[in-house]
Parts: sequence; C-alpha cells; structure tokens
Amino acid sequence: MNLELRTLMQLIDEGLRANLPKFWAVAIECLSVGLALLAGYAVLAMLLIYVERKVCAWFQVRIGPNRVGPFGIFQTVADTLKMLLKEVIPINHVDRFLFYTAPFVVIAASMLTFAALPFAKGIQAIDFNIGVFYIMAISSISILGILLAGWSSNNKFSMIGAMRSGAQMISYELSVGLSLLAIVMLSGTMQLSTLVEQQADLWFIFQGHVPAFIAFVIYLIAGHAETNRGPFDLPEAESELTAGFHTEYSGIHFGFFYLAEYLNMFIIAGIAATVFLGGWQPLHIPGLDGFNYVMDFIPSFIWFLAKVFFLIFLSLWVRWTFPRLRIDQLLHLEWKYLMPLSLLNILIMAVLVVMGWHF
Amino acid sequence: MTFSSYIKSWGVGIKSLATGMSISMMNFWRKPVTECYPENRHTLQMSDRFRAVLTMPHNANNEHKCTACGICQLSCPNDTIQVISKTEAAEDGKTKKVLDRHVYKLGQCTFCNLCVMTCPSGAIVFSQDFEQSVYTRSKLTLQLNQPGSVLEKKQA
Repeated sequence: MNLELRTLMQLIDEGLRANLPKFWAVAIECLSVGLALLAGYAVLAMLLIYVERKVCAWFQVRIGPNRVGPFGIFQTVADTLKMLLKEVIPINHVDRFLFYTAPFVVIAASMLTFAALPFAKGIQAIDFNIGVFYIMAISSISILGILLAGWSSNNKFSMIGAMRSGAQMISYELSVGLSLLAIVMLSGTMQLSTLVEQQADLWFIFQGHVPAFIAFVIYLIAGHAETNRGPFDLPEAESELTAGFHTEYSGIHFGFFYLAEYLNMFIIAGIAATVFLGGWQPLHIPGLDGFNYVMDFIPSFIWFLAKVFFLIFLSLWVRWTFPRLRIDQLLHLEWKYLMPLSLLNILIMAVLVVMGWHF
Repeated sequence: MTFSSYIKSWGVGIKSLATGMSISMMNFWRKPVTECYPENRHTLQMSDRFRAVLTMPHNANNEHKCTACGICQLSCPNDTIQVISKTEAAEDGKTKKVLDRHVYKLGQCTFCNLCVMTCPSGAIVFSQDFEQSVYTRSKLTLQLNQPGSVLEKKQA
C-alpha cells in the first residue's frame, strides 16, 4: 500500500495521456494543478483561522468557537460564506484603480509563493533552480500591495499603517534573506527540491548544528515579523489605527487581505520546514536503521503538514504571549540585534563549511 | 551603549522572552474558565455578592416582612422603589398602615444594595436570578409583594 499523493497523481496522468492528445492532457493537468492550489489555499486559510482562534482561546484559558458544528469546526466556513455575501462598499475620494488592485497584488504574491512550496514527495508546482531566491523575491511583492492599499485609501490611519509596514518588511526581509543564505551556503543549492533531497539522511538544522539553529531562530522571528502578526502587528494595530492599511476595505476585498495574512503564516512556516526541518522528508537518525524504516511509512505530505503546523503553533505561541512593539523597538530589534547576529552567523557557517565541521 | 551592556542586553532580552513564553505555556494547559451558559443552567454557581433583581421573600402562608415604612424608597438613589401603603382597621379598633404595593422598576435599578442594607425588618433581598430580559420596557416594572399577601405576625 502506498499512501503517497504522487501515486494518485501518476494514475491521473497516465489516464489522461492514454485517452487524450498530448496538448489537451497537459492543458487539463495545468488547469487542475492551478485549481488544486487555489482550493488548497482557501481550505488551508479556513483551517488556519479556526486553529488560530482555538489556540488563542486555549492560551487565554477560554474555550473558543464551539457552537457551529462539533467543536465549532464550521465556524470559519460560516464566516467565509458571510464574507462572500457581504457588499463591497465603494469609498469616496479613493484612488479607485489602486484601491481595487491592492488586495489582488497581496493575494497574488502569497499565492505565487504558496505554489512554490514542495508539499510532498513529487508534489511541487514550480521548481526553479533559484527556488529560495524566487520565494524571497515574490513574497516581498505583497508589501507593494499593502503600501498601495494604505496610499490609495486616502485615510491617515491606513497611510500610517502602510508606512510602518514598509519600514518593517524592508528591515526584516534582510534577516530572512541572511538566515536562508546560511543554509544555502551549507547545501550549495537554491533549488527547493534539491534542498529537500539533501536532507534525506539528516535535516539541515542538525547538519549545520549551531549556526543552522541560530539561522532557524532568526528566520522564525523575522518571518513572523513579515507576516504582520503577533508582537509585530504595527501595520494593523487595532488599538491605534482601527485596522491599519485595510481599514477602508470591506466584503471580499477585506477577505483577500485576511486570507493572505493567514496563508503568509503557512508559507513562512512552510519555507522554514522545507529549508531547516527537511521539508517532506521523514525524521531520520543515522545509525538507527529500524527507526528510519518505521518513519518511512508515514506519508510525506503528513510529515510536511506536521512540521508546518508545529511551526505555526510556535508562531501562535509567540503571538499570544508578547505585547506589540513600538516602531523604534521594532527597528532596534532588527538592525541592532537580528542583523548583526545573522551576519556573524553567516561567517560562522562559512568557516564551518570550509573546514567541514558539519555533519 | 557600551559593548558589554549590549552583550548583556541580549541575555536580558532572551531571558525575559523565555519567561513570557513559559508563562503563556503554563496557561495553555490550564482548564478553560469559560462555561457554556445555557447548557450549564443546572450546575451554575453564582458568586455570593452577585445581585440580579430585588425580591421580597414570602413564607408558605403568603406572608412577607414589609411594614411599609418606606425607608427603602427614601434610601434609593434613583427612584427605583415606590412603596404604596394603605390604612386598614386593626383588631383593636385602631387604624394601621399596611403595604398595598411594593413597586420596583428593574430597568432603573443600579443594584447598589442600599435598600436592602437600610431595611429595618429585612423584608427585601437581592436574588441571583439573572435571566430578566423581556421584550417591553413596561414589563420591567415589578410588584414585589404577592397578591393577597399580608404582614408576617411577630413571633410571640
């Protein structure tokens, strides 16, 4: 019995190729991959919103959503239906073109990053040889959407939120990049599929031990800041700026921002799992062959999702623990603490790789 | 900022973050304090000092302790209570003031407890029955003494 998703994919592929001309088989496959990604995106977002609300409730010694369906599992489904049925309220004196484009920029950026994640063995829509680079580049487009949203709303709160967001994203992008660079140095590749393959015997966080662990922690902090959540939620800052950059949005446009926020959490955790925790590779310990053999029975997509949800739990833990930073504290943390440490960490990693002190 | 204080600030920062995280993790494993309200009606525990609505307890013979002295009405800061009395002929031929209606406007009450504290005969108490919502405001005007009730005879 093979529980891998790849076997199902191969069955579909063979069936299509046997019954259709090559062009139509490829066209249908491309279309269905796109649809699957979109559907996965929406379902994961709903799941994440539910998980967030439940975990938040447990941290605050509450019960959380528990009325719609057993344990409230249909709460987000109901919320999504509500969001879809809501009116998009036209706002006077906005820059109409930019105002209506901004949510699509944000969601397209996060969608494109989501598509590049290797979800399971053989399940990856886009696999560039510069995968890490691509992910970094495309995920920073979403800041453009946030800036546009704040600017075009013609609202001081939105503008302040967007400006804070700009300062925050540009600063923390550096740490994200530098911490991923440490692993790229260790592995010698930027291709996500190769990165995952190289971790078959031992995950990079163990291969690179100290510097890899430091890079992992820096990546988690900086990535968390990139998602505009938790102690880094200055761009939204409910108590100061109503809702920051998305104050003026309603209906499905607000829904797009909401969806993108939660999916960015998944994407950051997904990249962290891929680069540091072995992606979809099972946990292997060199020497323990019996243990490794047993671990191979768990399907790869379960490994990936388990790692991602573990990292998401860490991010929720941080979010519901710490109070919001002030803008100067936010920049302090990046420029005086995380950035110097990541630079130092890269130096350590370089020495480690040159001397061959890694596993 | 000297270099040594910078290094120190790393330690202080990491320590305080770890403290915060451990405290929230402790809370994570605690049992939720929230109760599911309509389901727990039968086991609901109200706190002792909770005040929901003013009531006048009656005994089994439909007798209350209110002497219609009106002190509760006087002590009420916002005119919630109105004590309407009537005179009745007593057995010895004298006329006597007795309670006709004790009107209490729940919608106006601030639950300050001054009426209960000043009542010389202990005739009124606050009950903990909080399910008092109604559809019309006029229904919030309550009569506390039951129809046909009389003053409880003093124990000889």
